[in-house]
Order: sequence, then structure tokens, then C-alpha cells
Amino acid sequence: MKNKKTEFPCPEPDFDFPVITLAHGSGGKLTNKLLDGGVFKRLKNDFLDLRHDGAILHLEGQTAFSTDSFVINPVFFPGGNIGELAVNGTVNDVAMCGGIPQYLSLSFIIEEGLPVKDFWKILCSIEHAAREAGVFVVTGDTKVVDKGKGDKIFINTTGLGKIHPKANISPNRIEPGDKIILSNHIAAHSIAILSIREGLTFETEIESDTTNLNHVIKDLLDKFGADIKFFRDPTRGGVATVLNETAQQTGLGIDIISENIPVLPQVKAACEMLGLDPLYSANEGVFIAIVKPEIADKMVHFLHQNPKTAKAAVLGEVTADHPGKVLMNTTLGGRRVVHMPVGEQLPRIC
Amino acid sequence: MKYLNEFRNSEIAKNILNEIKKTVTRPWTIMEVCGGQTHSLVKNGILDMLPKEIAMVHGPGCPVCVTPLHLIDKAVYLAEKEGVIMCSFGDMLRVPGSRKSLLEAKAGGADVRILYSPLEAIRIAQQNPDREVVFFAVGFETTAPANALAVLHAKKLGLKNFSLLVSHVLVPPAIENVMEDVDSHIDAFLLAGHVCSIMGYWEYYPLAEKFKIPLIVTGFEPIDLLQGILMAVKQLEEGRYEVENQYTRAVTEEGNIPAQEIIFEVFEVTDQVWRGMELIPNSGYKIKDKYADFDAVKKFKVDIQEAEENQKCLAGEIMKGIIKPYQCPAFGKECTPENPLGAPMVSSEGACAAYYHFSDMLRPEMLDLNKIKSKS
Repeated sequence: MKNKKTEFPCPEPDFDFPVITLAHGSGGKLTNKLLDGGVFKRLKNDFLDLRHDGAILHLEGQTAFSTDSFVINPVFFPGGNIGELAVNGTVNDVAMCGGIPQYLSLSFIIEEGLPVKDFWKILCSIEHAAREAGVFVVTGDTKVVDKGKGDKIFINTTGLGKIHPKANISPNRIEPGDKIILSNHIAAHSIAILSIREGLTFETEIESDTTNLNHVIKDLLDKFGADIKFFRDPTRGGVATVLNETAQQTGLGIDIISENIPVLPQVKAACEMLGLDPLYSANEGVFIAIVKPEIADKMVHFLHQNPKTAKAAVLGEVTADHPGKVLMNTTLGGRRVVHMPVGEQLPRIC
Repeated sequence: MKYLNEFRNSEIAKNILNEIKKTVTRPWTIMEVCGGQTHSLVKNGILDMLPKEIAMVHGPGCPVCVTPLHLIDKAVYLAEKEGVIMCSFGDMLRVPGSRKSLLEAKAGGADVRILYSPLEAIRIAQQNPDREVVFFAVGFETTAPANALAVLHAKKLGLKNFSLLVSHVLVPPAIENVMEDVDSHIDAFLLAGHVCSIMGYWEYYPLAEKFKIPLIVTGFEPIDLLQGILMAVKQLEEGRYEVENQYTRAVTEEGNIPAQEIIFEVFEVTDQVWRGMELIPNSGYKIKDKYADFDAVKKFKVDIQEAEENQKCLAGEIMKGIIKPYQCPAFGKECTPENPLGAPMVSSEGACAAYYHFSDMLRPEMLDLNKIKSKS
């Protein structure tokens, strides 16, 4: 797959124990060993160096604030792991508000028995993802739970960031005629996870699209400012969920064009085979923008310059017709409703 | 994608649609047998592109929908049994049993796993010698060879902890049942292409003769379906009633002989209850006695009788094409994909779910469901 992130450096860990046990979460010596040799070492910065109960930050003006918990099976998947997912996910949520992410909190809930090597690898990828996004992990927590009470490792991150001075992101500003832009090809994350979870192999490896979007969002806001009315990242539930939520929230309709939905051929083939719809599949490095019609083409052209958004396309537009509903023009020339999904997509029998 | 994009070409679709419009002179009712075809018709918006003379009705070919209630209950019972790993295709999980669905059993702590192939269940059985692995072998003739093969593999490997909970149904007896229903008014059938890829289509000749109906072996892509419809309409307009093959790239008259041999090594034909319909003679498969060790019902002595269906669910009439999903009083109200009363609302291939998801507002009569009077 193109745009594959280069492998980041991850030296050998300096721990004298092979697995994490309940004792590492009890607050005593072993906890310090885990934190000193791990978290503080890898994520070192002035805030963490104070070793306080929390971080003291200086914030002015409008601030975006977002939190997310990451539970994923498997923890390591093609194209990433839970660590970078936890950083990118919250960074992106702050960016979707028009914020410039600056600070993160980071909490682990670890199931006892997690190999310390895995924890180390996750930490390395957190360090790498935070550096790439330009954010500091300023406070955090580590708990260990009994075997069977968790699933290897859960991570919660919370992010803070100043609102971009030119941003005016609000669903209330969406009007009929506005264009809907999708930033890149979709469904790769879902299929990458599924392929590992279900032991499926494809001719080409499909990798998760997990990446930070804050820099590209900032560039867009620098250039187009308030002509951008809305950002959302279609993670769980996929593009169909975000569009339906937006239609319902605004009381407006949405028309999309099937042919314009960017999907990589190998992802499309996997979806066909498994009976899954890319529109309902999760993404971790894609956003939807709703913008004034006059900037739509310029913005797509601008996005094409960046490898993270090389497949950006105008997906459709907002309409006063069919309020609260999303309709799709099919490749064949028919029309259908794109519904809100019900639960997880389940693969079909035949 | 090769062999897919060609069959989704809008220019070709337009040409076939024009030819259908030129050919048709009066109303015809055509049933697509397979749920995959229903899904494709609705998803691609084809129903709304057809001339108004052609009414498509959706057949019973959704394995999830016709799996009898007592088998769902048996699956749940086995899943909740100590030491059992219950393996199933994904869309069986949400189907409501009389007590609960497999998904609810899973939430309650049962080890229920979604698989794509029964052969994966063999692997799980090998990896877990101290557990019992049951595969919920659901489907039409299409999935039967893989299920039978799993039994043969298990025997060869000497596996003692693998068995099948079988719910196999067969297409030809179902078509006969639909045609014999006095309320049904089907003029032609689009046969399920994938079923025919295994079984061939020779077994449909007597049906064409008996009921004087065209039967067209049809694929699943938009162009397949449009071409199948055109072939049916041509026969109807010309007064012919033949078995014709639209899906020539996958189906031959005699079918896949090695696959059939595997099926009949392991399975034999039996009477089968169809959920929402009734018992249809000779319409299913059961495991032959010589492979009884791999029959979960016998192995675990499961004794669960057919439970009472929810009376508000009109799935039977819908699957026989007597009423449309939106003509059911419960459709979209008490019965939704979040809270399905019957199986056709569960699977994406089920007629009710297909209508609910993809086309509920495209036909004006669907906008106010209260105005629709159910025929039943």
C-alpha cells in the first residue's frame, strides 16, 4: 500500500521482568520501575519531569477538549498498534473541532500478563505518534487489572488544543448547496483489523490508515478559514454514520455519488468478498469536510498535494430535499437510502 | 475489479433496461429466489429503474431467514453449554431465537465465534482439544460442500471434538412450495446463481414443465439481474417456459460434480421446517448415520422442540412473495433491524432489512405505512 509510514526506532527495553503483573499497578516500587523505565523514559518532557499529580498548563482563548478510550483486538495490526491509534485518535478529534492539539493525557489499563516487550513497543509508538503530531503527553495513569478482567491493554487519551484563529466549525452553519469532501480512501482500517482478527490473508497486505490529521487540518484552516464549516472523522460506524448524524442534526438532506467514494482496489475486493460495505467501515486517518461550494474544487486540489489526502474527492452535497436522510446515486443510475448502521457489520453467509 | 466492474456498467445497464421496456407489454411478477439478489436489486436502486409493468418479489432464498426457530434455540443451548465453542457465519448471530439470539448468548459469556468457513472451525478444534467445537452449518446448496468437506476432514484427522449443527435447505422444493400456494402469483423465477453453480440446473426442468413458468439461472451483479429479468420477460411475452442460463460464467447444466459427490457422501435429503413457512418435504439435508459422530444434535442429545413464532411477524407471506415487506403492519415500527421480530429483518439479505436499509423512502406509498393495508 502506498503512503506506508516508515518504521520508527524502538530500542530494546531496559526491564528486568518479562510480564506486567498486578504489583506493577499497586503504586509501589514496581510501579516506579515500570514508569521510570518506560513511560517517563520514552515520553520525557518538562511537564512529565515534574512528576506531579497533574500538569499545570497555560491556556488562553477558545480551547478544544476531547477524550477517547481505545480498546482494540488485536493490539498490533498491519499498519499500526493501539499506541499510535490512541494518540492519533484524540489528536484528530481535537483537530476536527478546529483545534490545534497541544497536550494529551494518557491512561493505561493493563491486563496482568501483558509481555513487557509489547508494552514497550506500544510506548515507542506513542512517543513516535506524539512527536509526529507535535503534542506533549503531560499527565497520565497506569492501572493493572486481574487476568481476564481486561483485554491486554486499554488506553484512554484526552487532548487539549487552542482553536485555530480562522476556524469557525459548527454544524449550525451548514446550508443547502454546501459540498461534502472526503479526504482519502476509506475502509482500510476496518479491513486491516478484520484480516488479522479472522486470520484472513489477501494477496496484498491491507494496512490500517491510522495517522494524525492535525497538520493537514491546520493547513486547510490557514488557507480556507471560515469557508470550511464542518469537520468530522468517520471512525467507528464509518462515513455513513457521520453523514446520517449530520443530516439528522441539521435537519437537511445529503446526496452522495457512489462513483466518487474513494476505496483502494484491494480493500474493495476484500469488502466484496466478506459482504461488507466500505461506507460503514471504520477509518482512522480520514476526515469529512463540509464547505462552501465555491472552494470545493480548490480544496480537493490542495488536498491532492499531501500524501495523506491524495485520494480526496467531492463526495456530494447538502440539500434541502429529504431532510434528515442520506441518499446515494448508484453507479447504475438508481438511487438508494444510506441508512444509519445497526450494530457492528456482520459478514454474510454467501 | 475484473469480472465485477463490467457487470456494473451503467451504459450496458441502460441498454438492457431499454430492451426490457421495449419487450414488456403487460404486467409480470418475477421472483428472485436468492437473498443476495434481493440485496443487489435494492442496493443498486434497480427496483426503481424497472418499468412499472414488472413487479419483483423477493423469495425465500435467505438462509438466515428460513433457519427454523428450534435450530436457533439449539444453537443457543449448545453455545451456553460448558466447554463448547460455537462457531457461526456472522449474520446468524443477531437472529432472534425464542429465548435469545447467539449474540445475546455471547454477551452472557458464551464462547461464540464468527467464522468465514467451516474449515476454520476444524483448526479451532485442533487448537482446543479439551473443548467441543460446534459449527452452525447453515445455508442452501451453496455452502453444503464446504460443510460436508469439514466433516470429511475432521474424520480424516480423527477429531473427536468437532460437530455440525445442520440447517441446510434446498431451492427446488421451496419453489414448488411457493408455486403451490394459492395466494402466490409468480409468473417467473430468477434462480439463485450460486446454488446452481454447485447443483447445475437440470433439476429445474420438471418445475418449468409442471408450472409452465420460465426459470432463469441468474447472477448477482446489476447487469446479471437486468439480463435475467430481460430473459424472463422475453419468455413470458413469447409464451415460452424454459430453464435458461444467464450466469454462464459460473454455471453449467450439470453443476460442480466433485462438490455434489462430497455433499452426498456426508448428507442425505430430509424433510425440513422453513422458518415462517412450514415443513417442506425433501427440502433439506441431514448428516448420514455413518457420520453421526459429527452431528451435534445426536452427540449432545439436544432435545428442543419448535417454539411459537411471534404472531405479528408476516415473514412467511413476505418470503412467498404474497406481500411486500412494507405491507407488514409491524415493518419499521415494532420490527426494525435493532429489534427484529423475524429473521428477514436481520440479515442484509433478508427482504425486510433490504427494504428497510435501502429504499424505504423512494416509493411514495412507503412514506406513510399506516395507509397500507396488509393483505393478510
